[in-house]
Amino acid sequence: MEKVGKLNKYVFTVVVMFISWVMLTSTFRPDELITGFIVSLLVALGSFEYLTEHGLGHFSPKRIAYLMLYGPYYLWQILLANFDVAYRVISPSMPIKPGFVAIKTNLKTDSGKLALANSITMTPGTLTIDAKDDVLLIHWIYVKDKTLEGATKEIGGPFEKYLKEIFG
Amino acid sequence: MIIRLIIGYFLLYFGALFLLLGAFGLIRLPDLYTRMQAATKSTTLGAFSSVLGVGILHPGWFIKCVVVALFILLTAPIGSSALMRAAYKTGVPFDERTVVDKAKEFFGEEKKEEAK
Repeated sequence: MEKVGKLNKYVFTVVVMFISWVMLTSTFRPDELITGFIVSLLVALGSFEYLTEHGLGHFSPKRIAYLMLYGPYYLWQILLANFDVAYRVISPSMPIKPGFVAIKTNLKTDSGKLALANSITMTPGTLTIDAKDDVLLIHWIYVKDKTLEGATKEIGGPFEKYLKEIFG
Repeated sequence: MIIRLIIGYFLLYFGALFLLLGAFGLIRLPDLYTRMQAATKSTTLGAFSSVLGVGILHPGWFIKCVVVALFILLTAPIGSSALMRAAYKTGVPFDERTVVDKAKEFFGEEKKEEAK
């Protein structure tokens, strides 16, 4: 995804801030809306350079569609992860085989890598520790594959295809 | 009405159950790293589910609760990553069952870069 200008980023930040305001106050009273709009304009002024890389490009229909698909999948993974943890904690023999493994990612953007790291943390048995360029360091509670290639396929594989579409 | 109450209370207790399981994990698992895994996953789902349950029990708060739940979902993994990284860098020992340690080379390279 291409880099965008300052105005684009600023408008995007204002829109996101304003949506957050409306959702948090959950009202459409004019005085609330006007206050929220002014506050959004001011806060975005100081923060837009750090909060977004791609500006309004985030609102393209294709990305939103993939995000809609990704949301439920992410929640499902969290649920699975919790049952996995519950099983390991409760079973008397405690089946753990922890280890630190590294995986490679094809995602180019920082926001894409952040989303991948978050997703990995929430999948059963894995937790991202750090990221450097295209390598992610992961703590795995039950190591199935010690090699870089094997671990990449096992851990990052299912997410990459969604995140590739959303973040590029 | 009654269905709303059932769903709300179900989510509330479901969250509480997983928070309890997370606490079990803290006691039973052997080292900091595996404990962090249990704590991160169960607290995220526990808090998410409880907050959503409150939102369903009080429809006036629903949208607020959804926003709060989303923020929890987005920020919890980042916090645990930072804690794990700090723990490894300060040399917190790990359990002898640990089978592979790629972290040494991962952070080893980084140190060299910093030296330059």
